Amino acid sequence: MLKISNVETFYGKIQALRGVDLDVNDGEIVSLIGSNGAGKSTLLMTISGVNKARSGKIVFNGENIENKQPHKIVDMGICQVPEGRRIFSRLTVEENLRLGAHANEKGKYFENDIKEVYDLFPVLRDRKTQRGGTLSGGEQQMLAIGRALMSKPKVLLLDEPSLGIAPKLVNQIFVSIKNINKEKNVTIFLVEQNAKKALELADRAYVLVNGKVTIKGPGQELLKNKDIQAAYLEGGAKN
Amino acid sequence: MEKKDIIQSFKDSLFTGLIALALFGPIVGLRTVSKGEGLFIAPQWGVVFLLVGLCILGRFLININSARKTEFKIFSSLSSKFSSITEDKAKHFAITGILFAVVFPFLPFTDRYFMDVAIMILTYIMLGWGLNIVVGLAGLLDLGYVAFYAVGAYSYALIATTFGWSFWICLPLAGVFAAFFGILLGFPVLRLRGDYLAIVTLGFGEIIRIILINWYEVTNGPDGITGIPRPSFFGLPFKRSPDEGETSFHLFFNLEYSTMHRIIFLYYLILVLALITNYFTLKIRKLPVGRAWEALREDEIACKSLGVNPTNTKLTAFAIGAMFGGFAGSFFATRQAFISPESFTFIESAIIVAIVVLGGMGSQTGVVLASIFLIGITEMFRDLEQYRMIAFGGAMVLIMVFKPKGILANRKPTILMHGDKK
Repeated sequence: MLKISNVETFYGKIQALRGVDLDVNDGEIVSLIGSNGAGKSTLLMTISGVNKARSGKIVFNGENIENKQPHKIVDMGICQVPEGRRIFSRLTVEENLRLGAHANEKGKYFENDIKEVYDLFPVLRDRKTQRGGTLSGGEQQMLAIGRALMSKPKVLLLDEPSLGIAPKLVNQIFVSIKNINKEKNVTIFLVEQNAKKALELADRAYVLVNGKVTIKGPGQELLKNKDIQAAYLEGGAKN
Repeated sequence: MEKKDIIQSFKDSLFTGLIALALFGPIVGLRTVSKGEGLFIAPQWGVVFLLVGLCILGRFLININSARKTEFKIFSSLSSKFSSITEDKAKHFAITGILFAVVFPFLPFTDRYFMDVAIMILTYIMLGWGLNIVVGLAGLLDLGYVAFYAVGAYSYALIATTFGWSFWICLPLAGVFAAFFGILLGFPVLRLRGDYLAIVTLGFGEIIRIILINWYEVTNGPDGITGIPRPSFFGLPFKRSPDEGETSFHLFFNLEYSTMHRIIFLYYLILVLALITNYFTLKIRKLPVGRAWEALREDEIACKSLGVNPTNTKLTAFAIGAMFGGFAGSFFATRQAFISPESFTFIESAIIVAIVVLGGMGSQTGVVLASIFLIGITEMFRDLEQYRMIAFGGAMVLIMVFKPKGILANRKPTILMHGDKK
């Protein structure tokens, strides 16, 4: 469904991605783990079209998207939940969700879609007239995910949903991600530093080191991989 | 409060006094007087010490105030009263305001001078509302807004004097021209934010003014354009003795001729134009494009990730904001019947930005209050002549000290789900 081949992305002269090959199939949860500065967020931004790939191909449902503008890519069904949530803090919860529906025929199915999001994250319903900035970190993350779902994506790109969130809420959010995948049939591409959680959740996973994919395989298999355990699980893993 | 705090704030106020002395000393203290054949210095140290003393005292009071972490009782109660009035009863307030504006010309104390001031205030309210779209909603700091005001005024003046078309045809054309210039400015600044954007827009405002001065063949340079046709009351001119075959306003309605008719008409014209601007802004805030403006102000990357096209969104904000500036400009041209580049200097942009910021970015009622306050104050202190800008500056400082987020800092949410309408 989403196929990335030999993608290279630069920030000025600095090369962030050194030929990434990766694919995500329909209905899967695919995780990408890696340390700080490995290029995980850059890869997501490149898929979304916010950063442009200097070379390589990104194909989504048979169509090249590497040169498309970000809003066109969202229209095609790839929506990103950016790192750090990036909630519109002075707008209310509901206005945030409204903006998520921007790409979805400018909010034609708003009433129905927002109900689905509220059913998924009931706390957002209680907070709908509150400003985004007044929510807790976990609630903001739910809002960010809900906001992205409002665009009815086929693929949801999640950038570090566990960042800066209470451990209890992290579990809840990962359960929600699984539900979104299974019940709403949304393909998930998850980027995480919390390697244990990400691998447990994933059907398949990739490890990104210095802008290159070094290891790939089913999530459970990678959990048992000695190198991964040493580098990402025993020392650095949370929970 | 602790003794240490008092000593600290006292030291700080003395330092403020030192700065004040350095400023006021040469500026106020050394006055030059021309006596006979030469220029002499007449020092007036008394005034300087008075001013420095005031600065020290003022600073000291502010310090004590903030050290206590509570405001002066008077101010806090005043400001809380103020915000409770405007938040809870915003709608009442708006309706009363509009009603007052409608009956204003017929109130017993209203004379020609009041009407002129009211027209001026309304023009600034309209400009403030127009700029509010760009600055308040879309978050793009535009320091060259006067350029669109100028484009509107000049397009109206040129079209009306060259082709002799009526006000009602020229007005939309002027708006279209201004919107076009808005897009023209928008393109080069798409990638800029904050300070950098402000500098470029500032430059744009100056470029327009300098073109107006130097493009003599078209704009008549610094001499300006004279004889701009006055607006007619839907075809009925405001003239004492109408031309052959024409009926003028006072004859048609069987009234005694009075110059006030035209003034009152102009007043209602700008009132309606301003209200249209306001209505439009309130409506568009609830449409996808309006929400996209507000989202863009908050976070551009989040917008991109949600499929908002930042290019189009910014350009529409510039274009629509500019269009209302252009409408206000053509009103200005038809009211004055004479325009020159003099009227479109940077200080105009600064005043409009000040109105938006002091009003509380994005607040429509705030713009009204700030316009009345700022323009009203400069008018009230007209007798002070050159010192009235001091009153203007002082008013701005006071608002920023006591209401740092603007007079009305709160924005209402644009959507409430059915059932929780308040």
